Amino acid sequence: MPIPRLLNGLKLIAGVVLALLGMSLFGATDSDWELEPMKPNLRDKASLQRGLGLYVNFCLGCHSLQYRRYERTARDLGNIHKDDMLDYVIFTGQPIGDYMKSSMSKEDAKSWFGAAPPDLTMVTRVRSPKWVYNFLKTFYMDESRPFGVNNKVFPNVGMPHVLLPLQGIAEEICYGYEAVDLLAREPILREKKLEGILTRTERDTEVEPLDRLEGRQLNCPEVRTIPGTGVYSVEQFDQAAYDLANFLHYMGDPSREIRMSMGRYVIGFLVVLMVFAYFLKREFWKDIPKSPPRVRAEHSSEL
Amino acid sequence: MSESLENRGFVARSMTWINARFPWTPTFEKHASKYYAPKNFNVWYVFGVLAFVVLVIQLLTGLFLTMNYVPTAEEAFGSVEYGMHEVSWGWLIRYTHSTGASAFFIVIYLHMFRGFAYGSYRKPRELIWLVGMGIYLVLMAEGFFGYLLPWGNMSYWGAEVIVSLFGAIPIVGGNLAEWIRGDFVLSSITLNRFFALHVFALPGVLVVLVFVHMVALHHVGSNNPDGIEIKNKKDEKGVPLDGIPFHPYYTVHDFFVVIVFLIGFCAVVFYAPEMFGYFIEKPNFQIANPIATPDHIAPVWYYTPFYAMLRAVTFPLFGLDAKFWGLVVMAGAILIPIALPWLDKSPVKSIRYKGRISKFMLGMLVVSFVVLGYLGTKPPSALGTATAQLGTLVYFSYFVLMPWYTQREKTKPVPDRVTGGH
Repeated sequence: MPIPRLLNGLKLIAGVVLALLGMSLFGATDSDWELEPMKPNLRDKASLQRGLGLYVNFCLGCHSLQYRRYERTARDLGNIHKDDMLDYVIFTGQPIGDYMKSSMSKEDAKSWFGAAPPDLTMVTRVRSPKWVYNFLKTFYMDESRPFGVNNKVFPNVGMPHVLLPLQGIAEEICYGYEAVDLLAREPILREKKLEGILTRTERDTEVEPLDRLEGRQLNCPEVRTIPGTGVYSVEQFDQAAYDLANFLHYMGDPSREIRMSMGRYVIGFLVVLMVFAYFLKREFWKDIPKSPPRVRAEHSSEL
Repeated sequence: MSESLENRGFVARSMTWINARFPWTPTFEKHASKYYAPKNFNVWYVFGVLAFVVLVIQLLTGLFLTMNYVPTAEEAFGSVEYGMHEVSWGWLIRYTHSTGASAFFIVIYLHMFRGFAYGSYRKPRELIWLVGMGIYLVLMAEGFFGYLLPWGNMSYWGAEVIVSLFGAIPIVGGNLAEWIRGDFVLSSITLNRFFALHVFALPGVLVVLVFVHMVALHHVGSNNPDGIEIKNKKDEKGVPLDGIPFHPYYTVHDFFVVIVFLIGFCAVVFYAPEMFGYFIEKPNFQIANPIATPDHIAPVWYYTPFYAMLRAVTFPLFGLDAKFWGLVVMAGAILIPIALPWLDKSPVKSIRYKGRISKFMLGMLVVSFVVLGYLGTKPPSALGTATAQLGTLVYFSYFVLMPWYTQREKTKPVPDRVTGGH
């Protein structure tokens, strides 16, 4: 069989497979909050180390990384010295070879939060680094919730805003005033609508938004930090959220870096071998007499 | 005689010694150096050997996976992650195995399509086809049992959905589902028996069936894209005129093909082992949670065409649940290709010489299979269900109408000797 035809066949198959896979790249998230882009970078060891620092200070109290040891983390994040790990990272008195476990008991966790906080080793694989980044950035004040905060990406999450001292107090920005005006004018608008005497402007700018609001919360598409309430500026906090998400991205699959760098050599080797294999095959096959070609014209005329 | 023996090389003497005690050379000749395969194989003929390569990959990686795996509900998930995080090269072993599972079905589906297109199931190859279908069924079971083992949340709920299907069988259903689980819910007991089936029983059956599949193939000889028997035209030595020895011609050929395959395979293993949630589904990075289902339960992609057919049945019949009829339809869809050798009444084997209707029906079969596979990954919707119902009808019509359209249509003249290829 001629190689170009073989390759064409393989291309066809690869195309079909890729098309099948491509069809599902539209995944759904749990809330309709539009996620800001976030591109993790495992080469940025400084970011990963800051992420580790933030994690052990703010997250590890509740959320274990029970499938990972401190030692391996220290090694992967740029060979952090053992003494530094013991002084600045491991607050539980555990040896460096231990798993990164929360010291909170499951019973306590249940009575405090209603459910044990999940292990986060693979959270970026269940969700995505982008999701974690956005989750951390979208806590806002909500007096109706037990901890006084709610979250845009994970509505009604049963977790307090632990990064609040860093970020400060955030509020949701709603088209609240408009909404209130609309609600005040609602009876009048409804009556006008019934009588069919709505102006076009009233219909477009008032009644339609009102209809959309029914049975829903107000439309609050933004979360904004109140300046001066946190230790970090907005940019610094964005960076902190990024570092944490980046760190958890690393945590989810520690093989990622070695996979990527090794893959090149493995595939490179196979490509070289393929070239030799191709010439070997051609050498053997050259003594085989060719069959008559397929006569396509005859068939297509009958079709 | 003894003198001449001594003059020969060590290898030749060893072979003589072995052949006096074991039929090594005759076996090698029968299956390789004097097994004459048609010289006009095209690209569709590579998937058999690729399936064999994947089988070996799965057996080897599976062996190493079991060395770190603990089949209990408490430890299964953690032991898999232990392999991923701590065992040297554990990630490579696991990703190769998970990618191998999907690769297995990709090559098997393409291998089966080849059989559909060129009539490889026709006389005298009915037994090869039946054994092949047996391999396919065992492979589906093997994949199903294996999928529970990581004890992720999708593992758990996927298995729960499938086992509960048996519960839809009238009268015995409830007891049957309980018997399969060994418990009232999926538990450690279920996990243990699935583990035993996945790593011991089914691989054994698979290897035996593959062996029988190949013995049967080498007994009757390979079909080819023209669907004609090369054994009908032989030279004075009894060698088929259009046949070439499998070794060395197809061994060097397949060596090349296997490397091309491995390049693609390694690209997935090293760069996209989850394959965007298709080869490893996202909820499976969360430990099984019997009180919280994933947002949307979907089987792995290779079962989704049949899952879509299961869901396409939405109406009860004869006082029995829709779920039961869905199960019947799904089982029917999986099993119906078994009947192919007796459904195909065409005077020719290959799609090249069949008529327009056959070509159209085969095309529609592929389209319906792909569309159903896509729908099976999505949450149910009204439009999706209607499309799946249509797809199910199209899928079955390929088989059910085959005796009619293969006899009715006008076929083209079949050549005497093989054409094309090489």
